[in-house]
Amino acid sequence: MAIWLNENSKIIVQGMTGGEGTKHTRRMLASGAKVVGGVNARKAGITHEGLPVFGTVAEAMEKTGADVSVVFVPPAATKAAVKEAIDAEIPLCVVITEGVPVHDTTEFWAYAVAKGNKTRIIGPNCPGIASPGASNAGIIPADITTAGRIGLVSKSGTLTYQLMYELRDFGFSTAVGIGGDPVIGTTHIDALQAFQDDPDTDAIVMIGEIGGDAEERAAAYIEQHVTKPVVAYVAGFTAPEGKTMGHAGAIVSGSAGTAQAKKEALEKVGVRVGKTPSETARLMREVMQNR
Amino acid sequence: MDLFEHQAKELFAEYGIPVPRGIVAHTVEEARAAAEQLTGRVVVKAQVKTGGRGKAGGVKVADDAADAEQKADQILGMDIKGHTVHKVLIEEASAIAEEYYFSFLLDRANRTFLAICSASGGMDIEEVAHTAPEKVAKVPVSPLDGVTRDRAREIAAAGGLPEKALDGAAEIIEKLWAVFVDEDASLVEVNPMILSADGQVKALDGKVTLDDNATFRQAEHEAYADKAAEDPLEAAAKAKDLNYVKLDGSVGIIGNGAGLVMSTLDVVAYAGEAFPGQPKPANFLDIGGGASAEVMAAGLEIILSDPSVKSIFVNVFGGITACDAVANGIVSAFQLLENRGETVSRPLVVRLDGNNAELGRKILADAALSGVELVDTMDDAAKRAAELAAVGA
Repeated sequence: MAIWLNENSKIIVQGMTGGEGTKHTRRMLASGAKVVGGVNARKAGITHEGLPVFGTVAEAMEKTGADVSVVFVPPAATKAAVKEAIDAEIPLCVVITEGVPVHDTTEFWAYAVAKGNKTRIIGPNCPGIASPGASNAGIIPADITTAGRIGLVSKSGTLTYQLMYELRDFGFSTAVGIGGDPVIGTTHIDALQAFQDDPDTDAIVMIGEIGGDAEERAAAYIEQHVTKPVVAYVAGFTAPEGKTMGHAGAIVSGSAGTAQAKKEALEKVGVRVGKTPSETARLMREVMQNR
Repeated sequence: MDLFEHQAKELFAEYGIPVPRGIVAHTVEEARAAAEQLTGRVVVKAQVKTGGRGKAGGVKVADDAADAEQKADQILGMDIKGHTVHKVLIEEASAIAEEYYFSFLLDRANRTFLAICSASGGMDIEEVAHTAPEKVAKVPVSPLDGVTRDRAREIAAAGGLPEKALDGAAEIIEKLWAVFVDEDASLVEVNPMILSADGQVKALDGKVTLDDNATFRQAEHEAYADKAAEDPLEAAAKAKDLNYVKLDGSVGIIGNGAGLVMSTLDVVAYAGEAFPGQPKPANFLDIGGGASAEVMAAGLEIILSDPSVKSIFVNVFGGITACDAVANGIVSAFQLLENRGETVSRPLVVRLDGNNAELGRKILADAALSGVELVDTMDDAAKRAAELAAVGA
């Protein structure tokens, strides 16, 4: 068991015929994920990487029974692609694309809400979601870890990989990269709730970074609703004010969004916060050994 | 990207929003000439991308052109919160009857837009919101609905604006929404929005933040870039499509992935505390998941051109690009630089972890590049890089 993505998930790739889409479709297939087709209105009817390409998400779902879409289209086309996935009511839409204008993301999020939230959106600007040994929707390297009982939610891709790798002897139920943009679909809180409810997850690693107040709100949620042990890491203690650090959402504005404030909020509700990624892995190791 | 006040007001004027007449001046002579062209008393306003310039003495009223020249002389070159004043806006003084606050911004937490409006303008709105929250209206705006004239009027009324200002404010708010959407802004703020003595509503100040992700459809935004204030290293990195931010320490940092690089800065800063001079990171540089030899060479080149760098820490986690490919990238980068007649003159600490880490380390060990040390863990590598920076200082 895992959250949101399991061995039965059938994945389609929007933008499969592009460079990134092709590369990662291959990687997903190699990792054992059930990728069943692609979507490209201009190339409907062809076969790519041995898979059928459909004209629309709705048609792909009808013909293949797909229930997950991974989006690799360029930033200018992302809003239309995600709205199409929402219209088709696909249960999970993972938006890998980096560089989507925030007005576009805010609009497709409002659209998803207006349509009754039938589609869970992860991202944009995220590495996707992986349930090791079961399925992989996105660009998380499947071979750096094993299946196990830790759940992970993170704003950062490479820090996700680092923790998955350091804790590979324990393994993961699901790792969710929610993305580093200022507006994202699935949040830390959504993932915490799902891991709390997942019988196959024993403990949770949460990785945050500077900008916004998602970690502070996650801390308040943990205090109220999460009984499983949570270990956290926050990146960006030394980031200067007003500079965007790589991720569009990673910016400290005045006293808001600092790593220190996030760490304090998490520690206040009993979450152990690692000073470095390796220390965070050590803290989780202790949790798993003392179970 | 944040705009200067004068740029924001030029943008407002394009959308038909009333702003005072004003002229930008870079010298005292230009300030005097500007004041001569304008009518009556003028306000000399420092153009810096930070708040609190009024309190810092960066805004002064001048009675005539000679006075404007004198005030500009006081303000030009002034340091306001680390920002040097290189230009001033000379503006016709307005007869202010009342001051309001208005903004459209991105509400990250609720994943929507927010209109903030208050009849208590002209001061720090966060302070007002803290001490008298009932005086500040925060109205969610859905991107699907937008802001019509009627909706704009409701927002102004919710902010407590008086009846006599509602029509004028509604017209400005509707146009500010057009600026916010059509220009891909994440913030449009007017503080104060004023009611003048003759009953006109005007934007007396302007603050606009544009979304850097939207440049592909906002080609004209490039003209707003403040090339003069740009750090030369940041400009060079940008020209090479590198994600680089200059910091003030002595340990050069290269890593893959924004989160990992941010984390690397922290780990290096902690490690530096134990060494003399407490070495800190010299930069943020994310070479992305791909980490090809060319990108690695371009990154090394930028970092080596920073004279404050005493040691370099290359921190890579091999995920999509495995460590052997990254190691080959480093070896090729050294060759590329050597072919260009440049040498890697400062010690390089490399930490490779993840896919094919052993193979990657072997490739680097076999290449025996001068000044390159391999350290297995991120924490130990950060310590070594900080130590080398302390020795080199």
